[in-house]
Amino acid sequence: MKLTVNGKIESFEKESLTIEELLKLKKVKMPEMVTVELNGTILEREKFKTTYVKDNDSIEFIYYMGGGSPII
Amino acid sequence: MRLTNEQIERYSRQIILKEVGGKGQEKLLNSKVLVIGAGGLGSPALLYLASAGVGTIGIVDGDKVDITNLQRQIIHFTEDVNKEKIYSAKEKIAKINPHVRVITYNTKVNASNIREIVREFDFIIDGTDNFPAKFLINDACFFEKKPFSHGGILRFQGQTFTYLPENACYRCIFDSPPPKGVVPTCSEAGIIGVMAGLLGVIQASEAIKYILSAGQLLTNKLLFVDLLNIEFRTINFKKNKNCPLCGENPKIKDLIDYETEICDLKN
Repeated sequence: MKLTVNGKIESFEKESLTIEELLKLKKVKMPEMVTVELNGTILEREKFKTTYVKDNDSIEFIYYMGGGSPII
Repeated sequence: MRLTNEQIERYSRQIILKEVGGKGQEKLLNSKVLVIGAGGLGSPALLYLASAGVGTIGIVDGDKVDITNLQRQIIHFTEDVNKEKIYSAKEKIAKINPHVRVITYNTKVNASNIREIVREFDFIIDGTDNFPAKFLINDACFFEKKPFSHGGILRFQGQTFTYLPENACYRCIFDSPPPKGVVPTCSEAGIIGVMAGLLGVIQASEAIKYILSAGQLLTNKLLFVDLLNIEFRTINFKKNKNCPLCGENPKIKDLIDYETEICDLKN
């Protein structure tokens, strides 16, 4: 199947994958450091294991980013 | 308020823009922008806001200038090391544009002071480096119905979006801060100075456009920048019905000091 991951079209051998499996394939070491958007909707973290992606889905991994000046 | 001849000359290159004009310049001169954190993001934002003629600029920072800051925090100079950042920043602003009124807050933001600070301003720029502060700014601006610009940077990458009341907020993407230690800080992972500069300038640009009611803002869109691979990408996102702050069944009714909570648990 073909998925758009972070704006780039990629081919995958499997025809179905859970978000959790996709995170592993994409070498995201800790799912806690990323929010997942599936076809424009933010997915709840507890659904990573049970949500399957299918051909032509669009997935964004959005990472937490800090930076700037220490204020607290 | 009428523009003086000196003001017309000083701001002439932006007054000739149809999006600015004399009326827009007056709006800028009457506007109040708060920059929380006079660091990597706040430095360029403050410099451009001051030169553009934003009439009142607030700066919140409780830190002193450190030599490790100078690689990216361009409002501070070598001679400012050990000086309070708010005073170092205020001095530079006065040199660039002596007409700007600067209000300084020599403090860190927390749940008990942030609402009364943001209340005084029209637009807020988040130039902080840590998640408790980022969530605090998001929540305070939500409760006070104030627009703000989020900015996050790491290594050669950055992300920014603009919150306006009724639009998607930071918690619509990230419902709560990451577990401690999962996301490295700039001091742990590094940051290239130009990344902070670029993001801070975009944040200042959002503030200026908001005041002018010009163009499109980065609302419901997250701009992701990767300078190493020179990639700019906009990710659309929308108000999240499950958002714990602005969703259909909000769980968060008041500000949270995440750091304090951890300390309280220890005690």
